[in-house]
Amino acid sequence: MANKAVHLPVLSGPGQTLRKDAWWVGPAVTFTILTSFIVYATFRAFENAHFSYGEYLSPFYSPLVETKTMGIPFLTPAMLILPFPAGFRFTCYYYRKAYYRSFAMSPPACAVGGIRQGQYNGERKLMIFQNLHRFALYAALLFLVFLWHDFYKGLWFGGHLGVRGGTVMLFLNCTFLSLYTFSCHSFRHLVGGGLDSYSTAPLGQLRHKVWSWVSRININHMAFAWISLFGVALTDLYIRALSTGAITDIRLF
Amino acid sequence: MSDEAKKSDKATLRIWRGNAEGGEFKEYEVGTYPGMVVLDAIHDVQAEHAPDLAVRWNCKAGRCGSCSAEINGKPRLLCMTRMSHFEPGQPITVTPMKTFPIVKDLVTDVSHNFRVAKRIPPFKPRPRDADGHWRMQQIDIDRIQEFRKCIECFLCQDVCHVLRDHDKHDSFAGPRFMIHLATLDMHPLDTVDRRPMMKEELGIGYCNITRCCTEVCPEHITITDNGIIPLKERVADDFFDPVRWLMRKISPPANKKSLPVLPDPIKATTKTKKKQDAEA
Repeated sequence: MANKAVHLPVLSGPGQTLRKDAWWVGPAVTFTILTSFIVYATFRAFENAHFSYGEYLSPFYSPLVETKTMGIPFLTPAMLILPFPAGFRFTCYYYRKAYYRSFAMSPPACAVGGIRQGQYNGERKLMIFQNLHRFALYAALLFLVFLWHDFYKGLWFGGHLGVRGGTVMLFLNCTFLSLYTFSCHSFRHLVGGGLDSYSTAPLGQLRHKVWSWVSRININHMAFAWISLFGVALTDLYIRALSTGAITDIRLF
Repeated sequence: MSDEAKKSDKATLRIWRGNAEGGEFKEYEVGTYPGMVVLDAIHDVQAEHAPDLAVRWNCKAGRCGSCSAEINGKPRLLCMTRMSHFEPGQPITVTPMKTFPIVKDLVTDVSHNFRVAKRIPPFKPRPRDADGHWRMQQIDIDRIQEFRKCIECFLCQDVCHVLRDHDKHDSFAGPRFMIHLATLDMHPLDTVDRRPMMKEELGIGYCNITRCCTEVCPEHITITDNGIIPLKERVADDFFDPVRWLMRKISPPANKKSLPVLPDPIKATTKTKKKQDAEA
């Protein structure tokens, strides 16, 4: 059997690899989920209806801005809101991996040939705005305040304190969005990652503790990114279903 | 246990044989035994079939970083990959690292990495304290100790698509050197500002955070999240954040100063050669 010659494979070019595992499954799943979310969010942004039920307000429409008086056709409140969380996710250090692999195929997977070989500029030219992720973070932190306020309002349904299905949905949505936001790499840098010497910097010990805490949850940033994405969509879907009368809200206590 | 009993099972290795001018895959059958790693199988091929098969190795313990190659298309250390990891009966494909020029068979020329290393200004600590000592606390250097686990196997350089697919060897330092730069930039005693160099000459902007370097690191260094992303944020502090830029202008950092960037030896050689050609 020794010295049997085998044909030399091509190792360069899109999708070319010697990997034998199903490397394409991850990018395909990511592509499907992200595309589905974008289609659903776009539909809801244009629908401009069924975004509230009682005290509940959909996260796609929070904070609610009146657009009818602006006189711009097709403009809905969601269109003013969604660019901010979308910007946060688009420039997110996790989602960058996800969509560079699944949409841009640059590369589609490790040790698998990508597209546009030799014409790559990374994040130096067209994508240079990725360096502004921190500003999207600041907006996301502000939106968390609005969303937690929506949850608080959701506790007072009809003027009475109580917990219902919608309240739980809003709570879980806020919780996972908070975990996603506070595990952000830019937040990690902001709270202490940018320091070289914790022992001598002003509030250095405290900042090291906060940085350590953020670092611990930062390990799960990818998980929080996905859970919170599903959380936003499901919370909106729940409120839409309540608003259309498809389901009734469950009162827990 | 006798040799015959030890080698009761067989495995087929498809090994790339060739040099810079070309080559082909050749298949070799070897016996396997519990605990066998791919480097053992390669050594058996050398002993039984192909004594001229070239492979670089040294410690056989995952410490020297010499035996980097690609096994079934994935960058791995030959000495740390067990044969039992692969499905029995299926041939195991072993190729040299794709990113670097082939010398012979599984041996590649990784000298590019040493040239990149020379371009990075070395550690330059601040002056000693009045009593003649440097002082720093453990919390100041915890982070960078992770990066010191690097064994310079260059698997991260091999898998990085910026180098592998797009051949940006002259303009992107690569993941191994990004964590080296992180070690220096985060060091509490260092005084050199390498951020302009990171942005312009070492090309941190080419990294698009696809994390393949982290996936292949045999030392499990979180290269992207703990090294490259913090560096990207530091570069953003200095070059993309107008608020931080203004703060630096008003109050420049006291313990950092720029050093002249060392010339790129590759570009310098090319320039000298062009000049000599023009004169001739």
